[in-house]
Amino acid sequence: MKKLLEGSQAVAEAVRLCRPQVVAAYPITPQTHIIERLAQHVADGELEAEFINAESEFGAASLVLGAVVGGTRAFTATASQGLLLMTEVLYNIAGMRLPVVMVCANRAIGAPINIFSDHQDSMALRDAGWIQLYVESNQEAVDSVIQAYRIAEACELPVMLCMDGFFLTHTFEPVELPTQTAVDEYLPAFHFDRTLDPGQPMTLGGGSEPDNYQEFRMAQHDAMENAVTVVEAFDTSFGEQFGRVYNGLVQAYRLEGAQTVLLGLGSLMGAVRDVVDKLRDQGQLVGALRLRCFRPFPAQTLVQQLGVTQRIIVLEKAFSAGAGGIVATELRAALQQAGMTTAVESVIGGLGGRDLTPEVIEAIFHGAQLDDNGASCRFVPHEYNPVE
Amino acid sequence: MDKRDPFRHNVLTSGHRACSGCGEAMAARMVTDLIGPDAIYVNATGCLQVFTTHNEQSAWQAPWIHSVFANAAAVASGIEAALRARGKDTPVVVQAGDGGTFDIGLQCLSGMIERGHDVLFVCYDNEAYMNTGVQRSSSTPHAVRTTTSPSGRLSQGKHHLKKDVISIIAAHHPPYAATATVAYFPDLKAKVEKAMSMKGPRFLQVLSPCPLGWEHDSALSVTVSRLAVETGLFPLLELEHGELTGVMRLAVQKPVEDYLRLQGRFKHLFGTKEGAVELRHLQALADARIRRYGLLEAETEWDTERSSQVSRHGRGGYVIAQRGMGRELDNEL
Repeated sequence: MKKLLEGSQAVAEAVRLCRPQVVAAYPITPQTHIIERLAQHVADGELEAEFINAESEFGAASLVLGAVVGGTRAFTATASQGLLLMTEVLYNIAGMRLPVVMVCANRAIGAPINIFSDHQDSMALRDAGWIQLYVESNQEAVDSVIQAYRIAEACELPVMLCMDGFFLTHTFEPVELPTQTAVDEYLPAFHFDRTLDPGQPMTLGGGSEPDNYQEFRMAQHDAMENAVTVVEAFDTSFGEQFGRVYNGLVQAYRLEGAQTVLLGLGSLMGAVRDVVDKLRDQGQLVGALRLRCFRPFPAQTLVQQLGVTQRIIVLEKAFSAGAGGIVATELRAALQQAGMTTAVESVIGGLGGRDLTPEVIEAIFHGAQLDDNGASCRFVPHEYNPVE
Repeated sequence: MDKRDPFRHNVLTSGHRACSGCGEAMAARMVTDLIGPDAIYVNATGCLQVFTTHNEQSAWQAPWIHSVFANAAAVASGIEAALRARGKDTPVVVQAGDGGTFDIGLQCLSGMIERGHDVLFVCYDNEAYMNTGVQRSSSTPHAVRTTTSPSGRLSQGKHHLKKDVISIIAAHHPPYAATATVAYFPDLKAKVEKAMSMKGPRFLQVLSPCPLGWEHDSALSVTVSRLAVETGLFPLLELEHGELTGVMRLAVQKPVEDYLRLQGRFKHLFGTKEGAVELRHLQALADARIRRYGLLEAETEWDTERSSQVSRHGRGGYVIAQRGMGRELDNEL
């Protein structure tokens, strides 16, 4: 039976079903509803967990790091400035190969300070060694939390579940919550081989030198690359059990014979699909591709999906200042590697919570005049701001 | 199954890479052997982490983790929460230097104490960033010469005072907080044992001389740390729930110069007019600490035998303070 739930509430319910024993977090908009709901569940005895109010996001990340090496499944959530404050610890969690799951309620980064949604926060952490899944709907957020624990614990890699702040976290949608029995069946009880235990003393996080550091890093890269198949496999098995799949890495929409593909991440893609439908009705050969798994970067899958496409438009809510669109840059590299010369247009928009409406997306498809900031990317100009 | 070597139960084994005369290695050996291998140790970045772990080698015979510099208290809090959730009561101990305690780690430490985590936090205080090459920390005493507070034509070393971290900790009202040093093992032992007999957040600041950074003879580490106590510069204290409950008293106060002259980090203060001013400041600081904690106001038995002139009365050598912070108590008596 479906329930009408706010995105944050839905995520909190999914986390509860995964039975974490330690939840640690620090308040930040728009993530706060997630941890408020979890705190209530703990207070009501509906979730048997230690709920820890951290003194900062840096502390929250460190607390869940400790919780995992202490032998428990752990959860935290953050956004924006909080995610950046966690950065040092997030690299450390990944380097120590700890199966931590966190939700990033995607939000802009200051300055200027802005609490609304875009992808600049999690994109800034793209090199941290965390698996990154970008969800489109609240239902997918629920299902992906459960998958995230399965993936993290199978790969000994941390997973960051990225959901658009406000667009998802503060939006009510009908959501199917799995039963506890079903989740228990899909997600085995927590087990971590390197749990700190006096009976089997281990040194974690010791020093390394030039003669072996690189090998640790290579092993981490290998694990990330191998995670591509794990993300797919646990989405498939999730689908078999729960009847919902997200095609693991990328989700294609009306790609048959598409000469133009609109590629993007997260909640934006509902609008993109509407635009594709409209354009298809007008006889345009256009499709859409949603990048669900950004890390590891599914280069092979993207190349397969985009094989016959002539024009790719990447819509991004983040960019690397001085270099341009991040996803577009990586996609160009993947295509070039595969010997393809498809044109990739990098369009930056929707920053700081500005809406990318179907009208804007359609105009981009039709080659609207965009703010040209050099060859690397173009920005959706201010006159497309739907507020005005 | 217990996989420890049954013949080697010391927590910190020999063969690590500490400098000769390292006060921190001495302190860590004492503290961890008193606590034993049935505990989980969390280390901040610093000398102790560097000289005990190297590639695949580790000097630790107990479960041990290092994450980053600033977060040892938070990692320990997470481990403690996990153990509580699992119904385990394995002790959790943090080991950090003064950088990881007074400066970069202070926020996580404050959070750990405020939330009441059942963790013992041990600060090995060598009064500067020794691992990175002797830079000034907020624990570095006034007028000390370091690589980032050098003495020069316009400067007599560090311009600021050593941060009174034990008072900051005490303001959180933890069950137990104490200062100790490697020179007084019975006192250190009593404090570690007392801390381990209690629950909740506990804090121990162990003055740990660094021959490299303090520029003293590596054979004199114990002597130097004893003089830090005997001059009144480093009072040995116990605080319970924020209230002073014990001090190690002095039979006589030694002049600070006795302590300073052994160390190259104070060398620039001798023989100049400007240095003489700072020497008077340092003496005044020692006098103030002695007054604050009533270190000379004791009626007790003195152990002047051989080495020291401090009270060895009672368990490990400290009695209830009657002066200083405990003045109200004095009036009642």
